[in-house]
Amino acid sequence: MQDKKQIITIKGTREGLSLFIEESATYRDAMKELHEKMMASKPRRDEPIVSVKVKLGNRYLTEEQENELRRVVSVDNRFKIDSIESELIRIEDALKWQEDSEIKAVNQIVRSGQVLEIKGDLLLIGDVNPGGKVISTGNIYILGNLFGIAHAGFEGDHDSFIVASYMKPTQLRIADYISRAPDYESDGVYMECGFIDGQQDKIIIDSLKVLSRKRREISGFERRMNNG
Amino acid sequence: MGEAIVITSGKGGVGKTTTSANIGTALALMDKKVCLIDTDIGLRNLDVVMGLENRIIYDIVDVIQGRCKLKQALIKDKRFDYLALLPAAQTSDKTAVTTDGMREIVAELKQEYDYIIIDCPAGIEQGFQNAISGADRAIVVTTPEKSSVRDADRIVGLLEKEEMKESPRLVINRIRNHMMKNGDMIDVDDIVQLLSIDLIGIVVDDDEVIKASNKGEPIALTPNSKASIAYRNIARRILGETVPLQSLEDDKGVLKRLKRFIGMRA
Repeated sequence: MQDKKQIITIKGTREGLSLFIEESATYRDAMKELHEKMMASKPRRDEPIVSVKVKLGNRYLTEEQENELRRVVSVDNRFKIDSIESELIRIEDALKWQEDSEIKAVNQIVRSGQVLEIKGDLLLIGDVNPGGKVISTGNIYILGNLFGIAHAGFEGDHDSFIVASYMKPTQLRIADYISRAPDYESDGVYMECGFIDGQQDKIIIDSLKVLSRKRREISGFERRMNNG
Repeated sequence: MGEAIVITSGKGGVGKTTTSANIGTALALMDKKVCLIDTDIGLRNLDVVMGLENRIIYDIVDVIQGRCKLKQALIKDKRFDYLALLPAAQTSDKTAVTTDGMREIVAELKQEYDYIIIDCPAGIEQGFQNAISGADRAIVVTTPEKSSVRDADRIVGLLEKEEMKESPRLVINRIRNHMMKNGDMIDVDDIVQLLSIDLIGIVVDDDEVIKASNKGEPIALTPNSKASIAYRNIARRILGETVPLQSLEDDKGVLKRLKRFIGMRA
């Protein structure tokens, strides 16, 4: 009975091979069959490396299992794993994901010497005074004056940006980019935003309408859904 | 039951001690029972400004370490019956005082005095923590200089974390009107907006203040100087009166602007 039903199905598509693993089978059986299938259909040395998309369906792999799968598919044989897709994620990851994509509203004045650090997007209702610092992993929206330092995309998100009602920051930081205020005395700007301009490869401050053109996916959740 | 008010600033040299001495004196002038506490251990000078240096026998460290009773260390002012000073120690360092010790002293003084004015040392370390530990309210002193406003902001942030009866209030000291008018000094308006706390008084930069403190006679005792009126006004505001801010000069525009602050307070 078992033998008739295939656990591993391989389909060829335009982008390469898709490898389906039947979700009702045990992990051990699947790995065993996968190993056999892979050995059988292993490309010869002179053939190009084939990329494979692994589709797990409703199966969750632990990190160890995923490593083993990668080893079986790519190391022993001449396949390259393009992606491993599963319909499932762990609650822990989902919660983290949710946290990273939420907008957190905070109502306070960030004074000199204070640091406000947030996961996800920060909506600050209040000022950031000189010497104060706000940090978020996503975007920063400030309903108030930004005089201190704002650091968006703290964990490396280059698409994040900083908006403030009034902007006269000591420094703007986005991911690993830093820009600072000019050395001459200058006025701040109202209702503008700072973001990384890809062409100039630096942080620029521009009006909000430019932002709507450059960053269509303003919601952190959408952005992360699309970019992984 | 009295009330303890700490006078603090973060930055040194902005006039905490002068402000403490004058607010205390002004309150005493209005028949309040006032006790001043100098918490700047090792660098005491409130006693000098008050002209009471020669009367010191015991100090705050002696009280905390049990070498004397609190009453023995209090110095009665030479001008007022109900103005007393608890001097700082000159020889110990700041670790000799603890927050608990301070709280006990302030609680005991509150039984007898209407106002306890605590002169805080500069900085944000232990000395600052000690000074604010017994206080019910705080007055932050700043001057119209960037560095001083920055430190005041830091201090306000730290004070907001403490559980006090009300948010700190602001004294802007050493205002030079001509500089402020030319834009060479930060505007009173801008300082209040940045710190976003209530203004309780502005004091002009007055040569008489320095002369008076060198004599050991707080300026609040001279009837007509501008700074003296400013300090007495602050005292009245502490008592809950609504007093319009002094005009810096006979300039209607400034007067109008200052009146707006009082509107904020009401």
